[in-house]
Amino acid sequence: MPAFSKILIANRGEIACRVIRTAQELGYRTVAVYSSADAESRHVQLADEAVCIGPAQVNQSYLVIDNLLAAAAKTGADAIHPGYGFLSENADFARACAKANIVFIGPSVEAIHLMGSKRLSKIAMLEAGVPCIPGYEGAEQDEDVLRQEAERIGYPLMIKASAGGGGRGMRLVQQADELVAQLRTARSEAQNAFGSGELILEKAVIQPRHVEIQVFGDQHGNIVYLGERDCSVQRRHQKVVEEAPCPVMTAELRQAMGAAAVQAAAQVNYVGAGTVEFLLDASGAFYFLEMNTRLQVEHPVTELITGQDLVAWQILVASGAPLPLRQEQIKLTGHAIEVRLYAEDTANQFLPQTGTVLRWEPELLPGIRIDHGLCEGQAVTPFYDPMLGKVIAYGANREDARRKLVRALEQCVLLGVNANQRFLANLLAHPEFAAGNATTAFIGEHFHRDPSLSPQAATPRELALAAALLYHASASSRAHQASMAGWRSAGSAPWVFILKHLDQPHRIEVDVIHSGAQPTVQVRYAESLVELQLLACDGRWLTVAIDGVRQRVAYHHDGDTLHLFAHGGNLKLEDITHAPVSGQAAANSGAIKAPMDGAIVEVLVEEGTPVSKGQLLVVLEAMKMEHPLKAGSDGVVRRVGVNKGDQVKNRQLLVEIEASVTPEAAEA
Amino acid sequence: MPRIESQLDVHGGEFAANSEAMLAAVASFRDVEQKVLDKACEAKAKFDKRGQLLPRERLNLLLDAGAPFLELSSLAGFKLHDDKDGTQAGGGLIAGIGYVEGVRCLVIANNSAIKGGTISPSGLRKSLRLQQIAAENKLPVVTLAESGGANLTYAADIFVEGARAFANQARLSAAGIPQITVVHGSSTAGGAYQPGLSDYVVVVRGKAKMFLAGPPLLKAATGEIATDEQLGGAEMHAQVAGTAEYLAENDADGVRLARDILAMLPWNAQLPARTARSFKEPLYPTDELLGIVPADAKKPYDVREIIARIADGSVFLDFKNEFDQQTVCGHLQIEGHACGFIGNNGPITPQGAAKAAQFIQLCDQSNTPILFFHNTTGFMVGTESEQQGVIKHGSKLIQAVANARVPKLTIVVGGSYGAGNYAMCGRGLDPRFIFAWPNSRTAVMGGAQAGKVLRIVTEDKHAKMGQTADPKMLDMIEQATAQKLDSQSTALYGTANLWDDGLIDPRDTRALLGLLLDICHEAAIRPLQPNAFGVARL
Repeated sequence: MPAFSKILIANRGEIACRVIRTAQELGYRTVAVYSSADAESRHVQLADEAVCIGPAQVNQSYLVIDNLLAAAAKTGADAIHPGYGFLSENADFARACAKANIVFIGPSVEAIHLMGSKRLSKIAMLEAGVPCIPGYEGAEQDEDVLRQEAERIGYPLMIKASAGGGGRGMRLVQQADELVAQLRTARSEAQNAFGSGELILEKAVIQPRHVEIQVFGDQHGNIVYLGERDCSVQRRHQKVVEEAPCPVMTAELRQAMGAAAVQAAAQVNYVGAGTVEFLLDASGAFYFLEMNTRLQVEHPVTELITGQDLVAWQILVASGAPLPLRQEQIKLTGHAIEVRLYAEDTANQFLPQTGTVLRWEPELLPGIRIDHGLCEGQAVTPFYDPMLGKVIAYGANREDARRKLVRALEQCVLLGVNANQRFLANLLAHPEFAAGNATTAFIGEHFHRDPSLSPQAATPRELALAAALLYHASASSRAHQASMAGWRSAGSAPWVFILKHLDQPHRIEVDVIHSGAQPTVQVRYAESLVELQLLACDGRWLTVAIDGVRQRVAYHHDGDTLHLFAHGGNLKLEDITHAPVSGQAAANSGAIKAPMDGAIVEVLVEEGTPVSKGQLLVVLEAMKMEHPLKAGSDGVVRRVGVNKGDQVKNRQLLVEIEASVTPEAAEA
Repeated sequence: MPRIESQLDVHGGEFAANSEAMLAAVASFRDVEQKVLDKACEAKAKFDKRGQLLPRERLNLLLDAGAPFLELSSLAGFKLHDDKDGTQAGGGLIAGIGYVEGVRCLVIANNSAIKGGTISPSGLRKSLRLQQIAAENKLPVVTLAESGGANLTYAADIFVEGARAFANQARLSAAGIPQITVVHGSSTAGGAYQPGLSDYVVVVRGKAKMFLAGPPLLKAATGEIATDEQLGGAEMHAQVAGTAEYLAENDADGVRLARDILAMLPWNAQLPARTARSFKEPLYPTDELLGIVPADAKKPYDVREIIARIADGSVFLDFKNEFDQQTVCGHLQIEGHACGFIGNNGPITPQGAAKAAQFIQLCDQSNTPILFFHNTTGFMVGTESEQQGVIKHGSKLIQAVANARVPKLTIVVGGSYGAGNYAMCGRGLDPRFIFAWPNSRTAVMGGAQAGKVLRIVTEDKHAKMGQTADPKMLDMIEQATAQKLDSQSTALYGTANLWDDGLIDPRDTRALLGLLLDICHEAAIRPLQPNAFGVARL
């Protein structure tokens, strides 16, 4: 009698897709769950069955244990894979699964519970002889105790939320006088984020590497480690790049760390996939950080260098089978690097981005793996983590993998949603990273001036491509015979396009040199002149020759909006050539007139009052209704022609405003 | 189907010489067009300063980028009336058939960059012709107006006939053909009726001016003192008088509104969706059209060489080829449109006239548009021809041409002399469209012939009086007559006088005909919603 046959994946996005893939390969039936916002998502499409578990908000869907168990009951799922995040490290969930007779594909309730507390786990690790950062992990939490402990540990030190993760509730304290304030912020952050204000203190390890060991245990007491992952490149304690092996790893150190990790796992009778995180300092000393009792986001790099499928291992172990390999059978080959593809605006404080995925063409080449949850037409909503997927490269050595990954990132077409591709590619291309020197301080110290971190104007070449595409779309309209596109009986004159990018209008002129099916156009923008021949555009790809060099550019054109897959990634341009002019000129005339006969019930400005556009000036009452009259532009009140209580005629001049000159008005 | 096998030696000296001459002719009219453009551009700084777009910029912004644009009568009025040096040709109007929001329209812009857009007699003739084109082809009209009104030097030439333009506007409105006018600037006195009679009027704030009498005239007439804005500013018309429906903020916004209005009309929705026509390109390159018509008009050529380069697949079904070889008739297709073709390989004989007249009746019977390709010295003269009834047969042909109900498209590719011009559907026979190659000549007879005729007549007169004419005097008469006739028979002279709708590069002939046939076809199937009096602005 098999342990289970149908696996419900209690997650969404790329990890749900990832688990479904292996489960189906192994012959299991799969059930996806989704919120109403995710109804069209890829994981829903991939699974054999799918159940809606509530509205978009996670606390009404993906985090509701009862809904998940109900979905399992409805579909007859007899196992649940939690993925990562959400309920993956929630002991209550594991317990509820057990109670419902559903196999929870993960470690025991006890292990989850223990490792879920930074404080308790650290105590356990100290007991097991695993090296830990000197610090305080006592139950006593009042400020005086913490201050004394801080003195003992010495500065700088880290405050961490005991229940924490993802950098929240985490504070670096440089000196004693900062401590109390930082403790309070950390505590309230921890309370809000994790429902527990419990804190621990640790000596700050400066410029460490973040190195973690993948461990695996089975129900028969076997525990192995599958090498390490270096996750040093982080931004605000969020992992950005993960690789395996660690660039500075030695066989001896690996063995020492591996042994420590296995010891840590053994301490809690660990079953399933787990990750023991360490800080590794420049001297080669390492300290236990925490243990994650789930499959990590970055597990693919381990899979690639070991040739193993960790999800398959998880399922195997959960079904009661012994680990497929013994420690000595685990060999590491080559090098793998992973980056996380996020819907975020790296140029604007990494603000999460939403939108519709208009184009998604992952670059699938040998040695490139892309785990993602994307499909075209899908909405990226504000309800969930903005991670869209992961791009992973595998090569014979680190440089091999790095080079492949840069190319893959540059080639993965994603339009409609801003993502961090350029940031990632530049990061991988940075000499410090290429040299393998990146520590957790890398981004702050070496990368803060990267162009991907500030808004970049569209280049003349990008604008030229855009204008040429818009020209072509218009020229190949079905309103006229295709053969006539671009034809003029008498001399040509440039077509003018006004494209808006980052709220700036750009005037571009397109001169048709040769009309026809493959037109050659000369595009003028400011001082630049680009000649290009449009060889083909099929609605997805533009094939173009620029100065005799032929290339392909992905694009998506819908109405007045054009998305180009440019150097910086998703470049969104708006064709405002024929956009209505706002009533700017009207406002500039500055005359506020009565819209009908009526009485003035309120005058809110006087001569000389500076006003801004939309500001209420006068209220007129007519036909028992109040009509607010507002300023049409920023400016100064030049004249007020009425007083409260005045009876006015239709079109009577009430207020005159002298507009301040705006760039828009100047341009018009 | 029978395909034409070209006999043309495209590598020979004659072809090269013909091409060279034709290219020179093309270059010379393009040069005139360019000079007109350059002249208008001189006003750029002035317009920029006023926050206005040049008329041609307005027009370009109005048109769908990259959609075909057929400019009409671009050189009307060339060196006539007020156009002293030929740089102000166009009759004060830039006009053509183009596409606005996917709707094929007749678009007209007053060329206010030249002499404030004042209307000359050629401009009026051009306007009337444009309106005829709009009416016959059921094309919505978009006018970008800014004009100082009639050029007062020629007021008498314009005043009475000018009313016809307004009558035409009223009739277009009644016929169900929408007219949209954007008033970009001054449009006063008589000019104010142009927008007034349009169905949709857009005025540009702070720029449009429409009144019957401006401040000076008003003061003189009644003593009233008023400003331009009070008398006829954009806001006044949009808010008070109601002459305008839409108030635009600037030139570009006005053009945008015209586009928006057209986009909202279900104009294209009233026809079946366009389907791509499938057809074969000619077997021979259209570029070779340059070298076919002999530079020396006396040399014979075969018009089938032209057909081979304009007809789909170079397919031509020759009609009664054995009966008469001077007048070539037959069926062909251009971009999938079936048409009848009539061309000349020499003078029109009585047989040729009879053949062509019969062919025209067949085309009329089968609702087939007819293409006329002029290259004829006229009807065959001589005793034999007269005795064969050339007048009778010629008249029959002219009757057929004049009365055929199908679209007639004329291209003047060479000579168009004498009654040949009439028989081949010259301007006077009202073809739907007529265009000319730049080498072509149109006249009652050749200059040399006319000179000789006058010489002989003068000699005879002297002889009757028993005198002998002075040969020097006769030479002078002959030469002066020849010169005058020749100078008044050039393509440029003809297009200046609106004998055609424009000069074209021979290489554009097929594309042009494809467009024209499509226009004619669409007009034939388009239902209109006519009303009795035109739409009144209440």
